[in-house]
Amino acid sequence: MQITNELVSYVANLSRIKLDENEISEMQSQMSEIVNYMDILNQLDTENIEPLSHIFNITNVMRDDEVRDSYEREEILKNAPAHTEEAFIVPKTVD
Amino acid sequence: MDWEIVMGLEVHVELATKTKIFCSCTTEFGGAPNTHCCPVCTGMPGTLPILNKQVLEYAVRAGLALNCDITRYNKFDRKNYFYPDLPKAYQISQLYLPFAQNGHVDLKTKSGKDVTIRIHEIHMEEDAGKLVHSMFGDATYPDYNRCGVPLIEIVSEPDFRETEEVIAYLAKLKSTFEYLGISDCKMEQGSMRADVNLSVRPKGSKEFGTRTEMKNINSFKSIERAIAFESKRQIALLESGERVIQETRRWDENKGKTFAMRSKENAQDYRYFPEPDIPPVSISEEEIQHYISICPEFADAKAKRYVSDFGLSEEDAGIIAGSKYFAQLFEKTVELCNDPSEVRYWIMTQILYFMNERNVQPEDIKLAPEKFAQFVNIVKAGRINRQVGKTVFENMFFGSDDFDIEKFIKDNELEQVDDSELISKTVQNIIESNPKAVEQYKSGQTKIVGFFIGQVMKQLKGKANPASVNKAVNDALENLKED
Repeated sequence: MQITNELVSYVANLSRIKLDENEISEMQSQMSEIVNYMDILNQLDTENIEPLSHIFNITNVMRDDEVRDSYEREEILKNAPAHTEEAFIVPKTVD
Repeated sequence: MDWEIVMGLEVHVELATKTKIFCSCTTEFGGAPNTHCCPVCTGMPGTLPILNKQVLEYAVRAGLALNCDITRYNKFDRKNYFYPDLPKAYQISQLYLPFAQNGHVDLKTKSGKDVTIRIHEIHMEEDAGKLVHSMFGDATYPDYNRCGVPLIEIVSEPDFRETEEVIAYLAKLKSTFEYLGISDCKMEQGSMRADVNLSVRPKGSKEFGTRTEMKNINSFKSIERAIAFESKRQIALLESGERVIQETRRWDENKGKTFAMRSKENAQDYRYFPEPDIPPVSISEEEIQHYISICPEFADAKAKRYVSDFGLSEEDAGIIAGSKYFAQLFEKTVELCNDPSEVRYWIMTQILYFMNERNVQPEDIKLAPEKFAQFVNIVKAGRINRQVGKTVFENMFFGSDDFDIEKFIKDNELEQVDDSELISKTVQNIIESNPKAVEQYKSGQTKIVGFFIGQVMKQLKGKANPASVNKAVNDALENLKED
């Protein structure tokens, strides 16, 4: 797969990350290396192999529907770069 | 040119579990902002979501009720998008193997048409948070209490042609899920939300037109208005030689219009991939058989039974059976007083009236079947007539749990008057004081009888036995003729 500067910009935009020209070309070369490295996997014959959906061969890991205490709001908010007493603060985002 | 509207629906239903889909925070509605949250539902790094068993059960039972094939081996997928209502920047959903597929719903519309709507698939996913925008400043304050509340999304095929089909479909989903007890399906509170995909095409055409998707429609009334607006908008565009752009549009209830959503201008690219945190889920044949065996009687079967066992009309039976709350009240009251026709009468007249005029919802009905049955017995025994009964019923319906029917009737002197002497004396009075009307009657205007009956009832404060008054008035007038 070819990683172009355009693709880097597109992915950055989807993730709402601002990159300048230098960063784009730096990302372009790094992402190319990663994807090329993964291409090695394409050399394997996976014709008769089921796709892996989970690294352990387990199913139905579930919990009962029992309420437990939520966190103190202060605890939840304290890791955010900006918050009020009751909520996180993010840039105004209206549809 | 004649145009045909083509619609498909995506309906999100919040499941009535106690806890969220992937963590043990409560799903309770309301609550101060960000107080029903933990590291899992606020997307903190390193946390591990674990599926709630009850979500799977409710989901599968919904799928069976909508005649779907249940996927025995289920997986979850990540749907990536960056938006502040979703703290993980991805939603755990199902794309490749949704738990239910290929279902259908049979409907009867308001105008009596039979329609079948095919269900493409149903999948499980988590709800997003709520965004509160600052009125003046440049900030948004996310509230993640709703984040992680379990949802099922029911995706229909584009089988709808008319608004009444959409309404009947949503009513049927609501009724079915109420009977299953898996959701309260309150559109106003957002526990049932419908996105409408709509396109128009020349009548007779086989090709689909370009569609738009309408979001933010939160009542049955808004759905009708939104469909009317959007179909007119598209037809006007096409008739003036322009084209419809495929886009997501937001319904604005106050303006009565749809608007293109800015955030959706970018092509959607969700970069789905298998969710590595949730191991696959398998559903056994025994579980499915068990869910089928505990399936309640739904509206259609109940309505049929009401027609055959209780002699209700199809229309009345459909309305009463359509709501679990109506049906419970009806069945229990009939069991106690053994008079389906009288119970039907009070539900179909008074309770439906309260719903239309006072915005009473079936689920809000507090009237106990025991009290309702006692009331019916009093009416049946002729102790109060139906006219006075309306007053009693209204006070009982909106009254507190300890409302005493007998005391109310006594205190307000509402007992029915069936004293034949008093009735005939009153009839004579009315005839004597209305010579003009008597002349009209004699000249053959027999409709005037109703006037006399009305006057007599009025004189007796509405408490007289209508049958006795009817007979007394008719007899007295007949006698006049012979004079």
